[in-house]
Amino acid sequence: MAVLSQSTAAGAEARVPDRFVSASKDAGFAALVTLGLCVPLVTLRTDSEEGGELILVPRLGLTAALCLAIFFARLGYLLLWGKEARAARQPTSRKEAIKTVATPRHSLTTIGLPIALGFAIAYPLLVTVINGGLSEARYWIDLGILVLTYVMLGWGLNIVVGLAGLLDLGYVAFYAIGAYSYAILSTTFHISFWVCLPIAGMLAATWGVLLGFPVLRLRGDYLAIVTLAFGEIIRLVLINWVPVTNGGAGIASIPRASFFGLPFNDDDDGFAAFFHLEFSPMHRIVFLFYLILALATLTSIVTTRLRRLPVGRAWEALREDEIACRSLGINTTTTKLSAFATGALFGGLAGSFFAVRQGFVSPESFNFLESAIILAIVVLGGMGSQIGVVIAAAVMIAGPEMLRNLGFLKAIFGENFDPSEYRLLIFGLAMVVMMIWRPRGLVSTREPTVFLKERKSISSDLVKEGHG
Amino acid sequence: MAVFIQQLINGLTLGAIYGLIAIGYTMVFGIIGMVNFAHGDLFMVSAFIALIVFVLLTSVLGIGSIALALLIVLVVGMLLTSLWGWAIERVAYRPLRGAFRLAPLISAIGVSIFLSNFVQVIQGARNKPTPPMIRDVIVLFESQGYTVALAYKQLMIMVVTAILLAAFWYVVQKTPLGRAQRACAQDQRMAALLGVDVDRTISLTFVMGAALAAVAGTMYLVYYGVVSFSDGFVPGVKAFTAAVLGGIGSLPGAVLGGIVIGLIETLWSAYFSIEYKDVAAFSILAITLIFLPQGLLGKPDVEKV
Repeated sequence: MAVLSQSTAAGAEARVPDRFVSASKDAGFAALVTLGLCVPLVTLRTDSEEGGELILVPRLGLTAALCLAIFFARLGYLLLWGKEARAARQPTSRKEAIKTVATPRHSLTTIGLPIALGFAIAYPLLVTVINGGLSEARYWIDLGILVLTYVMLGWGLNIVVGLAGLLDLGYVAFYAIGAYSYAILSTTFHISFWVCLPIAGMLAATWGVLLGFPVLRLRGDYLAIVTLAFGEIIRLVLINWVPVTNGGAGIASIPRASFFGLPFNDDDDGFAAFFHLEFSPMHRIVFLFYLILALATLTSIVTTRLRRLPVGRAWEALREDEIACRSLGINTTTTKLSAFATGALFGGLAGSFFAVRQGFVSPESFNFLESAIILAIVVLGGMGSQIGVVIAAAVMIAGPEMLRNLGFLKAIFGENFDPSEYRLLIFGLAMVVMMIWRPRGLVSTREPTVFLKERKSISSDLVKEGHG
Repeated sequence: MAVFIQQLINGLTLGAIYGLIAIGYTMVFGIIGMVNFAHGDLFMVSAFIALIVFVLLTSVLGIGSIALALLIVLVVGMLLTSLWGWAIERVAYRPLRGAFRLAPLISAIGVSIFLSNFVQVIQGARNKPTPPMIRDVIVLFESQGYTVALAYKQLMIMVVTAILLAAFWYVVQKTPLGRAQRACAQDQRMAALLGVDVDRTISLTFVMGAALAAVAGTMYLVYYGVVSFSDGFVPGVKAFTAAVLGGIGSLPGAVLGGIVIGLIETLWSAYFSIEYKDVAAFSILAITLIFLPQGLLGKPDVEKV
């Protein structure tokens, strides 16, 4: 037995140079392909001359650098994580049994969400202490607000995509409807934020139902494309319906939210004076932070509760198999409509918040890319998982911001290097890489809401989704 | 009447470009049932490749003949864009074969975002104008002081589309490759059992789609004379609309759908409002999918349990 294992080890060692040669060949091929892709797109940059004529600026160095980078990345990948490298580490292939883990009642979501909530509540205090002052922490609180907005949008879309399994590429339309509802109602009719908030949510939900009706009979990719078209139509209407929406210029000076009637200013009847505090513009920012936190928490609670109701179970059943659903007597029409409307409602609320926070809305904020980002958050988080959405939103939104602060990148790539320019480039790459690495998202186990005797969670790889 | 005929000519030209892009969508959807969301951006990339090669040929290498330069641009553009199409399929879609339903679509959205931003970073965000390549027009007739003209470039676009449609239709219907493609479209596992190299066939489908996108990109550049990094998305969605309208999986349907979309868009701009032309195109997409999901020339989709 010992001899046998020795000989296999020796065999594995003997294969190492072979492995290196084949990996180099593969990497060389990848570099060659990269060269083909880069010529002429990277090698020659088109620039406008004074007279408007295009001239070509050669960039051989960049091309060579890209090809080398791909070569070494591929080589490293093949040697460290490639199929053969993994086979060398684990000589025998083992069959993995289907694991159904009996999870304790405290699953990742039930533990993770309260921790995340606690962290979020303490967050403004935390960054204030770290940065040594409320005003100094403004950047971090703003970042927190941004992340929480996307968490809320992610949770809202999660109802449609994650629970009901309806792929919606036009979710930003509801976000836009919420934002414009508040912007128009407050600037034209001077209605307060607290009245507008439910109205905006209701309007968005109504649009969700209106959109839902015609698209109900569509499935899968077709549904995705029609919702995309709907999102684009809303954006184009916002640009072109100038009398109401002020067109591409957008609506400016939208009234700010008040603290239940107390405005955030240094007047005698303002928030600061009422609570005998020294006036600071930061009060409003912190208030906005807790407002979006409350809205997001509301979304989470409502979703969790709905999942236990018949309608929530019907959503999940619909996601798994639409035909089985229909044969069991579930009304798929109302189920889909309710999912669309609920998702749209939270999108509208988030939109209202966006308008009141920015004080300015324009159609540019509601393009397809936003929809793609929100969808990416839901999918990367693991469809249907609430804590996954939080993690994904933090990574996707705060990650590129962090990139901006990394000083050493400037040292490598020169002073003119601006990482924010590459934000979307990296974003697109990350979407592809995430899909290949974990197509089911970060948190990908499925936990039933109803169970017999004990709760078992299974890997979602085993779940075959219907084509709903 | 004269205005109408002129708009008809313009609409046909635009429709031919949409049709060329739509063939790429329809072939890929037909064979692996996925919306290749990055196809529109591949079209934009090909327009950039055409632009660079054209400038290189005319102003650096000094080729005087526009026709020769365009021919070289077309061939080089098709080759390089095919390589892009092949590489994208290899890197972003092939590992996801057999993964769950939404994974390839999301990966494709990622590729789409990557491509447009890659071009923005690498070539700059500004519009890239080219000098007009073909200026001559054929004056068809004049009526009430309005001249109806068919530009040579419009004629070229229509002829190239017709030739390529015929060539690709021949490939799909009459060659072993086309037979393998149709077999994979029907049942991949069965095709593999019968000795069809499924991976290779799918790769070649992407290559063919990319080559046609390259032709469309070159034509777009010749026709409009300007291209920017964000020019892929809207033509992409419209071409997908065309593919759906014509019946997904059908090559003549894709071109027919493209022409219908092109005509509607042009006539809508001419007679109603130019601002809402995209709304019109998107609405047609929604209406077609809802009331005529199998399209004009497609086969109805049978629901299987």
